[in-house]
Amino acid sequence: MLNSIGLQNPGVEFFMENDLPWLKRFDTAIIVNACGSTIDEYVELCKVLNTLDIDGVELNLSCPNVKAGCLAFGTTYEGVKEVTSQVRKVLDKPLIVKLTPNVTDITAPAKGAEDAGADGVSLINTLLGMSIDIYKRRPHLANNTGGLSGPAVKPVAVRMVYQVSKAVKIPILGLGGIITGEDAIEFMLAGAQAISIGTANFIAPDTCLKVIDGIEKYMKKCNIEDINSIVGTVEMN
Amino acid sequence: MPVNIKAKLIKKEQLKQDIYKFSMQAKEIVDIAKPGNFIEIRVTDSIEPLLRRPISIYNMEKDTGILEIIFQVKGKGTKILAERKEGEYIDIIGPLGYGTFQVKNTGTVAIIGGGIGVFPLYELAKQTKAAGAMVNTYLGFRSKDFVVLEEEFKNVSSKLIITTDDGTYAESGFAINKLKEDISVNKPDMIYACGPLPMLKAVQTLSIEQGIPCQISLEEKMGCGLGACLGCAVKTANSPADAPQYWHVCKAGPVFDASDVEI
Repeated sequence: MLNSIGLQNPGVEFFMENDLPWLKRFDTAIIVNACGSTIDEYVELCKVLNTLDIDGVELNLSCPNVKAGCLAFGTTYEGVKEVTSQVRKVLDKPLIVKLTPNVTDITAPAKGAEDAGADGVSLINTLLGMSIDIYKRRPHLANNTGGLSGPAVKPVAVRMVYQVSKAVKIPILGLGGIITGEDAIEFMLAGAQAISIGTANFIAPDTCLKVIDGIEKYMKKCNIEDINSIVGTVEMN
Repeated sequence: MPVNIKAKLIKKEQLKQDIYKFSMQAKEIVDIAKPGNFIEIRVTDSIEPLLRRPISIYNMEKDTGILEIIFQVKGKGTKILAERKEGEYIDIIGPLGYGTFQVKNTGTVAIIGGGIGVFPLYELAKQTKAAGAMVNTYLGFRSKDFVVLEEEFKNVSSKLIITTDDGTYAESGFAINKLKEDISVNKPDMIYACGPLPMLKAVQTLSIEQGIPCQISLEEKMGCGLGACLGCAVKTANSPADAPQYWHVCKAGPVFDASDVEI
């Protein structure tokens, strides 16, 4: 999927009044993805989030759709370290930093997050892409370029999870094209302690349940008692 | 609540070169769907194309649980869908959209559709006529070769006017002009519209000028149709420029009060 939807949302006050009470009806952890266009904005937002009954914050430093800010923070060691350490000062809750794959060396921003005190990193966000309508000779997306997600990016994501797992000690939340339990296992073998699912929910809203089933089937088949025992156990050829 | 089912394709008809009608067994959806609702179809079990395709509901048979859609082959997804065979099971989610047509049971309603936008208006016309209101239907097509469902709409309308832009069939010109002529004589109590954007804009303006309640069904590219991807945003009417407000077509729509949206 290639999208340029961006980060449309009605803001944190609306979230507090409407979305959070709805989310609290479910017996599950709530991790809020947070984005700003300046460091001050990240800090202000996370000050508010710190007061809420949520389980953690994921800093979005990587969405390529926001014209100001996001891309710049997420692409360098210094950029990630700077914003993460400012946020760390105001946020007591678990802090995950979401990384962009649109870099030469994914381990650099990952180390920036770790050195600034992040509790974990999540990767990958979308890859910058473009698609052209060959008859109109114009890009399909109104924004010309957009973020690529779904099965097409999975091998890139698995590779980056593996690289980051060798570079940092904090836990990794792996994502990018997971549709089945087998996909999730791949990320875990590469070094992800947890996985998340985005695009596949748009096709099948019950994807998470199917992925859990798939993981259990794999565990049974391979006589695995504790799923944590497989994290990062891929052996290189 | 929408459901995700595998609906058996009972009958497939090719209405025009690139327009297909599918009749599917989908009682779970038909039981709860309203005129204006749509469904999301996974055209193939493979991951190419990845996303579902949103298609409006054309007709529902409450007693048999038959759900019918009519769609035009536009791209990869609809091309694969058109190749599906009778007897196969199609993965669909529906009914979708909280904004649906409000069926009136008294007075006179005007239903105006253009091109492939006429399809979701059939069930509305059918239910409205059955409920007891007068249904005046205005359908516009580009040319003679594009005219579809004339007989079907005739059966569910008190009056049916067909127009073609180039005058090659029935009345010449745009359907909106025929509606305007009739309004100058007799105002309907309600207008419903679905079709190309210029037509919807004209209907919106007309309904506001004339003070006639109006519902329009919007079409938008959708990533999911479930209210999750937020790709189908449309501005609310009178939205402040510095803080624009949006509806999402899949959730608040696809049917809106004409005075509620900026199109």
